[in-house]
Amino acid sequence: MMIGLLSFLTIIACGGEKTEESPASNAGSKGIGPVKSVTLGTLDQAMADRGKKQFEAKCAACHKFEEKVVGPALQDVTLRRTPEWIMNMILNPIEMTQKDPIGQELLGEHLTQMTFQNVKEEEAREILEYFRKMDLK
Amino acid sequence: MLKKSNLILVTLGITLFTFLPNCKKGAATATLASDAASRVYVAPGEKDEVYAFLSGGFSGQMSVYGIPSARLFKIIPVFSVFPENGYGFDEETKDMLKTTHGYVPWDDSHHVEASMTDGKQDGRWMFLNANNTPRLARIDLKSFETKEILEIPNTSGNHASPFATENTEYLMAATRFSVPVPQASVPIDSFSKGGFKGTVTMVKVDKNTGRLSVELQVLVPGFNYDLSHCGKKKSHDWCFFSSYNSEQAHKMLEVGASKKDKDFILAFNWVRAKECKDQGKAYNFGGDYVNNFKEENKPAVSTRLSGVKMLNPKDCPGMMYYMPTPKSPHGTDVDSTGEYIVGGGKLASVIPVHSFSKMMEVKDKKEHHSTEIEGIPVLKYESTLAGEVKKPCLGPLHTEFDGQGYAYTSCFVSSEVVKWKLGTWEVVQHLPAYYSVGHLSIVGGSSTEPYGKYLIAMNKITKDRYLPVGMELPQSAQLYDISSGKAELLSDFPTVGEPHYSQMIPAKLIMDKTAKLFPLEENKHPYATKSENDARIVKLGNTTHIYMTAIRSHFKPDIIEARTGETLYFHVTNLEQDYDIPHGFAIGGAPNMTNLLIMPGETRTFKWVAPKPGIYPFYCTDFCSALHQEMQQYIRVSP
Repeated sequence: MMIGLLSFLTIIACGGEKTEESPASNAGSKGIGPVKSVTLGTLDQAMADRGKKQFEAKCAACHKFEEKVVGPALQDVTLRRTPEWIMNMILNPIEMTQKDPIGQELLGEHLTQMTFQNVKEEEAREILEYFRKMDLK
Repeated sequence: MLKKSNLILVTLGITLFTFLPNCKKGAATATLASDAASRVYVAPGEKDEVYAFLSGGFSGQMSVYGIPSARLFKIIPVFSVFPENGYGFDEETKDMLKTTHGYVPWDDSHHVEASMTDGKQDGRWMFLNANNTPRLARIDLKSFETKEILEIPNTSGNHASPFATENTEYLMAATRFSVPVPQASVPIDSFSKGGFKGTVTMVKVDKNTGRLSVELQVLVPGFNYDLSHCGKKKSHDWCFFSSYNSEQAHKMLEVGASKKDKDFILAFNWVRAKECKDQGKAYNFGGDYVNNFKEENKPAVSTRLSGVKMLNPKDCPGMMYYMPTPKSPHGTDVDSTGEYIVGGGKLASVIPVHSFSKMMEVKDKKEHHSTEIEGIPVLKYESTLAGEVKKPCLGPLHTEFDGQGYAYTSCFVSSEVVKWKLGTWEVVQHLPAYYSVGHLSIVGGSSTEPYGKYLIAMNKITKDRYLPVGMELPQSAQLYDISSGKAELLSDFPTVGEPHYSQMIPAKLIMDKTAKLFPLEENKHPYATKSENDARIVKLGNTTHIYMTAIRSHFKPDIIEARTGETLYFHVTNLEQDYDIPHGFAIGGAPNMTNLLIMPGETRTFKWVAPKPGIYPFYCTDFCSALHQEMQQYIRVSP
């Protein structure tokens, strides 16, 4: 995981050159970043609670569930995107908005660069769990 | 021998002659014909090889340049307020400028010193002196921020400061303007009767935290102590201070302080001084002073302290010796081996070099003493002399070493740098300086292992070098490549304030250790708001605390109501956890307060007394995103 984070930081540091490498289809895209594959089980309440805390500290300033504020509304995000895509967007937002077709489109729509909030990979997983919980409501 | 007053006239005459031809010609130098441009060119995206930390002279700050490009990267506020980022204004940093004289928002900063471990630069801290209101600062090289300022009591004009011992055990600070110690109103002519004194202060540096404390002061004769450098290797236990005005003149100093053929370099054994202190030979002495410490991401804590341990030289034999040095010495520099102590005499016609080994051999032999001043033996000039560089230039001041057996001395009057060989004392090269050069700096040049390669000369005058911009021209630094046998001028560049002295450090020692953000989880600021959900307004009588967050591209809370005369504290936390995304905060028309720049994860506080009724906007000043312009809101003030 450290290697993943490090290489991702390097990409930010270097400003990320634009390359043309769009996947054939956006549906089911896993995005670009350290997360290659996520296995989902039944909802882990404790994990979701930790994710809620992370979300409130680092994400809630720009995201609500029911409405767009700075960034898009997050209700049903786990239905719209793959778990990998969500985690990569949290962990690697700059490259995602530069290279990932969905990310590019979202930046065009919301016009504010999503920030990397120094979230660790396991914390991103907890945030994903919180999103799953919210989408079960 | 010429009388000093005549010599001054003669040197002034020579100055004019040497100046004018240079000025008329401009600086059409050999540089044009060489490949110098490509050697200072750092391509877009490439990084410089060296950090140069230049003191700001009368700006009171320190600036950071890249070498060889000479690009200015940052001005670090130290002793002067800095409206650009709120230093000295906000609730977190205003106490950094507290002194026993009150709030002193300016100073005159001359000497930059790098922290060292075993005589080698370690890239941890920079230290800087404040001349005017004696203080000494520690700048942390992780965040490039001033973390601590210590006032020095019982001194006036903290010029010979802050020079570090080989392992940064101590920083030295000595008096420029001798005064009555303790302070008193006495007739000024009592200076000439020995009524004024100087002090040499040993400031201890905690080896883990860098925290500063006054360990000991030594009461020394009332001369002007000018500069210092500490020993290395075999001379590890010693520091050397140049002095002038041993005549103790108190008026018309340019004549009165230049009467004697020689003044002194004071050799000070700090290890012995500590020993005497530990043996109880120092006595309790007064003196109030202030220590200001800013822990990371917390408000500065200002502590008023009182009293020091004072030691008289006569109570600690073997601690101090005077080495006569011609003539009104200014610089005193110790070479990389620790053997040679080089004097630089403003009015001297030679560069005198003392030998540490000789000094050790003769220091306690009566036949090598000429006299004694207030308990300090005066050694005979010839007894410690290793050699003299004859007729090097006019007005030799400061010397740096390349570690290859060569020394470089700046010459103020003849505007040049002379390269000479240690041991043979032969001048091997004259390099023109534009103009009136003061200090020099070689990368690692005051350590035991100079990295060599680059030398900068810091100049006082730049007539005809740059586009004119009114009467005051920028001062300048001049970059030379000294890596091969013959030093070459590469470029010169205007600087901020007066580039008085500098330390240059290879970039690789620092660049990977710099901080990128303050982790929010570790934010221990008492008024931090770590989540937007916690943003709130708390009213306590006529005082209101606004716990505000900033993130691209909004503040919360963003609508604020107040009444005229109410005191508001805006505690703004930057919630970003992304490198290089500070947010700014400024309120329209706010008096006595400037902009704040709040780093990612940092909390800073802006105090504001609600003025007459109306609507007052506040906004982010540091361009943060496409919607930066929307990062604005209002305070309503009602009657």
